[in-house]
Formats: sequence, structure tokens, C-alpha cells
Amino acid sequence: MFFVKLIIRNAFRHRLRTFLTVIGVAIAVLAFGMLRTLVGLWYLGVEHASATRLVTRNAISLVFPLPISYYDRIRQVAGVKSVSYGDWFGGIYIDEKHFFPNYAIEPRYYLDLYPEFIFPPEEKEAFVRDRKGCVVGRRLAVRYGWKIGDLITLKGTIYPGQWEFVLRGIYRGKEKGTEERLLMFHWDYLNETLKKSVPRRADQVGYYMIGVESPAIAAQVAQDVDRIFKNSLAETLTETEQAFHMGFVSMTEAIMIAIQIVSYVVILIIMVVAANTMAMTARERVPEYATMKTMGFGPMHMAIIIFGESVFIAVTGGICGALLTFPASRWIETELVEYFPYFSVSMTTIYLDLAAACLVGVVAAIFPTWRSSTIRIAEGLRRIG
Amino acid sequence: MVIPCYYSFRNLWTRRLTTVLTSSGMAMVVFVFAATMMLAEGLSKTLVETGSYDNVVVIRKSANSEVQSGVERSQAAIVESDPEVAIGPDGRPLLDKELVVLFNLLKRHTNKPSNVVIRGVGPAGLLLRPQVRLIEGRMPRPGSTEVIAGKNIADRFQGGGVGETLRFAMRDWTVVGVFVAGSTGFNSEIWGDVEQLMQAFRRPVYSSVLFRLRDSDRFDGLKERLESDPRLTVDAKRETRYYADQAEAMARFLHILGLSLTIIFSLGAVIGAMITMYAAVANRTTEIGTMRALGFGRMSILAAFMIESLLLGLVGGLLGVFAASFMQLITISTMNWQTFSELAFSFALTIDIVWKSLLFSIIMGFVGGALPAVRAARMSIVEALRES
Repeated sequence: MFFVKLIIRNAFRHRLRTFLTVIGVAIAVLAFGMLRTLVGLWYLGVEHASATRLVTRNAISLVFPLPISYYDRIRQVAGVKSVSYGDWFGGIYIDEKHFFPNYAIEPRYYLDLYPEFIFPPEEKEAFVRDRKGCVVGRRLAVRYGWKIGDLITLKGTIYPGQWEFVLRGIYRGKEKGTEERLLMFHWDYLNETLKKSVPRRADQVGYYMIGVESPAIAAQVAQDVDRIFKNSLAETLTETEQAFHMGFVSMTEAIMIAIQIVSYVVILIIMVVAANTMAMTARERVPEYATMKTMGFGPMHMAIIIFGESVFIAVTGGICGALLTFPASRWIETELVEYFPYFSVSMTTIYLDLAAACLVGVVAAIFPTWRSSTIRIAEGLRRIG
Repeated sequence: MVIPCYYSFRNLWTRRLTTVLTSSGMAMVVFVFAATMMLAEGLSKTLVETGSYDNVVVIRKSANSEVQSGVERSQAAIVESDPEVAIGPDGRPLLDKELVVLFNLLKRHTNKPSNVVIRGVGPAGLLLRPQVRLIEGRMPRPGSTEVIAGKNIADRFQGGGVGETLRFAMRDWTVVGVFVAGSTGFNSEIWGDVEQLMQAFRRPVYSSVLFRLRDSDRFDGLKERLESDPRLTVDAKRETRYYADQAEAMARFLHILGLSLTIIFSLGAVIGAMITMYAAVANRTTEIGTMRALGFGRMSILAAFMIESLLLGLVGGLLGVFAASFMQLITISTMNWQTFSELAFSFALTIDIVWKSLLFSIIMGFVGGALPAVRAARMSIVEALRES
């Protein structure tokens, strides 16, 4: 109890210095938490991928199409529950800054494969029936103020022209992290138009989505599908949705690694700042430590006092920083909704925040402790601050 | 009367540990600041060098990149007959009809796939890009299933080296040469004969047409003529512009990331400097009082502490820039979202970045030292001397 009192009293002796250090630690912990969340977002698609969905694409790369005739052959593979297909449309709304993903899909089975997109039943039916219809996620509809029945025009980049769709349904995600910024429309609409304008590009799809009966047979099904098309003009590569997303993520991994490194650098910076604070504090108190030693306190007691003060300051800063993470992430979610529709801080991040703060406190105390325990009493008493 | 500069310097030296800690905090911030600027600089350098100002890229209207684009043979022929196309030494137009496709290739060590550009080029392809130089092996023979690989590909991807084979489009392609192209994006490409590749990939159309202008100033007229020609549905861009557009999103991302990181981190370092300087002032209260009593004015006290703080910042800045200069050895390779293909670039240090970083560190020193220095200058002589 005595030590706790001493530690707290000591911590508030230089109010300004303690205050500044606490702010510094809080900022660093906040930045650390934010950066970690940002990196986590990158892998969000991978986390939300279903284990029972497989993606079949052209083995050369995703930009090469697959013939529509593969549809029936994939359906015959044992273990396949349902098959659907789609194509990345890459249309632009207004201009390039208003980017959102848009796909041409086969409507009925595709949406069945994605139970996490929740539609009012009548809207889903209306979409399936209307060949010019499209569906969008809730966030996208809110962002542009779209209502059911609105006309939406996209400018095609891969498929040239102005493409008009009628909004037939708005879905919401089952979970908070579900992507709610997609636009999907009928693949038939795309295909029929292509048959008239560029017949050689018609009857091709970008990828097949396969629903398998259970995750256990996914690998076998993937192999079976690929074997059918081995040595054909369009060889396929089938992988789980998770692996498919991971492929994208790993291509941009270099930047994520850089951000991760930087998030550790910020902790390092604040470690230095905190160590500096403690070093100065200890230097000023050398005569005091000598006095305490004269009175019979051992090096162990010195260590408790210094470590206690250091960890106390750092953890106070850490708690402030961790608490600030929540309003900050809410601010990002509301203000930067176009880039980060979902910026939720996980509990792991909070624990790591606090662990980092503790670490900062402990590391900062090492040198002053060593100094206070080795100082000779006479020298310490003689010294002037 | 002015306090000599070495007073400030000696003070820093006396409190070595604190000086080192504070400066290294600043050094890390300067390091992050310099590194992000170097990255952005490296990216723009790669892009600027990739394109040539006198070259024009023709792609299909509203396609953002060559990968999305398609130019029919008949349309390519119309572009070829334009009078603005320069004529090469052999009397043929300096114009290349090219095919660009993406291909999934595995990295040598990690076995991870990455999208790589395969470019089908004609005879003029090399003439139009003087940066490209063969360093090993030979050029592919026209009409054969031979390709040459950029240095990045040869080093980092399976099957990319001379004598190795790559399998795609139901054929085995032998790599017969390796080329370098300065720090341009071509280093991450594979080149082959355009007609062979079109056959293999079953693509009856070119991706883009690239040509040299006869007279660089007449670009605007040419652009208007090509884009308003009813037989063509194309966009014409200067090659430099084309490549800058390609990485616009990446450049903006790096810029925003760098800026926000720097601002947050510098707050931490400024607080560090402030703590140090407040402590320096508090420790020397008697000393300050003595100096004032000796006749040094408030301004010179202020100046002495400011100089100390600026020196602290400068040391941090020098350390940071020194550490950042080693980043030049690192090459970052990542996927460009806009083109969907591999893009490699390195950190580039310029004089501009060096002095901006140093200036930044001095500003941090200034901001951190200003309040403590003012406090020191405003001390009253009697009270300062009484303190001990």
C-alpha cells in the first residue's frame, strides 16, 4: 500500500511532464490500434469467405474468360450442390472516383449461394424476373440515394457503352462486415447485348461459383473440376473462395507488411519518449534514492518504485489510447464511409494496445532502475540535481 | 549580449542519454517521413521513365488500361496510316501493334502467385523504347515460341530465367533472353512475338497501338483527329500521361498514408522534445537566473534554448535521413489495383527529400522547444536565483 501511494505521488510530481507522456503514449497506442485495424480490414474478405464455395477461373489468369458450355459439365461433378457464374463488369458510375464493384451474374442460383445477402423475398423475385434489373447493397443505395425502380447507368470499361439498369432490390448484409457496396445485374443482359455488338465475346463467363455439399469434400471437388478441363483451350483453376481472396491479398502484401512494420515503429518511438521521461525523472531523484537507501530500502524497493511509476504512466496512456480508438473508428466509419464502410476494432487489438503500453512502461524503467540500484549512497547524496 | 552557441551544444552533450533518446525518437519519425516520400518518388520515377513524351498510346475508348483495351486490326491499320506517325530508319512507320495479357506466375521462393504482364511486340517495339536493353541471351526469333523476360521476372519468378520454360496457352515458351529497362515497369514484363501470342491466346484483336510522333507539338490535333474519326473508337494519350494515370490511385494512396502517418508520429516526437526541453529548463533554473543577473537579456536566453532544441531536431533529422538512405536498396513489388498487374518500384532518395526531411526535423525541434524556451525567458531573476 505504501508503495502504491509513493508511486502515485511520484507520478504526479511533475504534472506537466506526466501529462505530456500520457498524451504521447495515448497517441501512439491509438495509432497502433488504427493501423492494426487497417491491416485487419485487408484480410476481411478472406475471413468472410465461405468454406463451401469454390471459385473456378481460367488457369492463365482472371482476365481470361471461360466458355458458358462448362456450366453443365461442372454441374455433373459429384459433390457439387449448385453452380452459378458471373463476370467482373468493371463499369464506372459518374466517374472513376465513384468506384464500386459491379458484376454480371446469373441471378437465381448466384444469390442462393450467398445466404449472407439478405433480400426481402419480393425484391429478389422482381430482380430474377427483370432482365434489365439489378440489385445493390444497402450502403451503396444510401450513398447515392437510390430507390427501388430507379434507373442506374454505368459506363462500361471492359464492355464499352452506356449500360442502363433498373434497381429491383436492395440487400443488407447478415453480419456487420458483409460487403454492402456491390452492384449485380443479369449476365443474360450483358450476353444478349454482346451477341449483337461483339459476337466473339459472347457466351463467356468470368468465373464459376460452385456450392459444394460440405467443406470436407471441397478439395476433391476442386480437383475433379480441374481434371475435366485439363488440356483444353481454357484450362481451369478451382480453389476455395478463401484461397481466391487470399490470392488478391497476397499480391498487395508488400504494402500491408510495410504498414505493419510502421505500426511497430510508432511503439518504438513512444518507447524512446517514455524512456527519456523516466531517465530524466531518475536523474533528478538520485539524491532521493540515496536517502532512501540510507534508510534501509534495498534495490528491490527502488525497482518497484521506478517500474511502478513507469508502468503506471504508460498504462494510463494506453487506456486513454484504447478508449479513444472507439470514437476514432466510429468517426472513420461515418466520415470516410466510402473507403472504410466497416472499421471495427477487435478485442484482440485492444489487448495488444494494452500489452504494448505495458511493454513501453517496463522498457522505459529498465535503465533508470539499473542506475538507481548501482548508485553509491555517498555519491548520490553529494550530487546536485 | 549573446550567449555563445556552444553553451547550447555543451548542454546537449552533458545530458547525452536524454539527447540520444529524444533525437532517436525524432529520427524514427523523420525516417518514416523520408521513407514514404522516397516511396512516392520511386513510384513516380518508375512511371515517368516508363513512358516517353513523344510516344502516343492508342487504346479503346473508355478502357483505362491496355489489359482492358482491344483495338481491331482494321482500326490499327487506320492509325498506322496517319501522317503524324514517324518513319523509322528502315522506312517503315515507327509504330507497334501490341498485345497485353495478364498471366499468373508463381514466385520463386514463396510459391505465391502474382499477375504478370505478357506483352506481344512487333519489330518496332524495341525502337520505340530505347530504355529496354538485352543483357543476357538473344532476342526471340519471329514466329517462334520464344520469349524474353524482364530482369524482375527472371530473378523472382519460377521459369523466368534464360533457358527455362513457361507454360501458358497450351504451349511451352522458352525464355531466350533477359532485358533490363532502367527503373521502368517493363522490368516486370515478359515479351514475345505479337502474332504468335495472339494465336496462342486466341485473341483476334490487338490491345494497344504505340507510335512515335513525327512532330511532338502536333499531338493535340492528332488526338482530336483520331478520337473523332467515326471508324475508330479509341483514346489517344501521350505515353507519359498514360502511365501516370495507371498508378494514380497507388500514388494517392501512398501520399495519404505517408501524410497521416507523419502527422501522427510527429505528434509523439514533438511531445518527446517538449518533455526534454521542459526538463532542461527546470533543471537549470538557477543557471538561468545567474545568466540573467550577469546581464544576458531575455532574448538571448530564449535564443539559447531554441538553438538547443533546434540542434536536437537536426541531430534527429540527420540520423533519420541516414537510416532512410539505406532503404534505397529495397524494391517493393505489389499489385497495382488499376491495371491488376505486378508493379515493382524502389525507394528513391533525392536532394529535395533530404532537405525537406531536415527542415521537417528542425520544425519538430522548433515546435517542441518553443514553449519551454518561452518559459525560460520569462523567469524573473530573483525567483530563479532563490530556487535550488
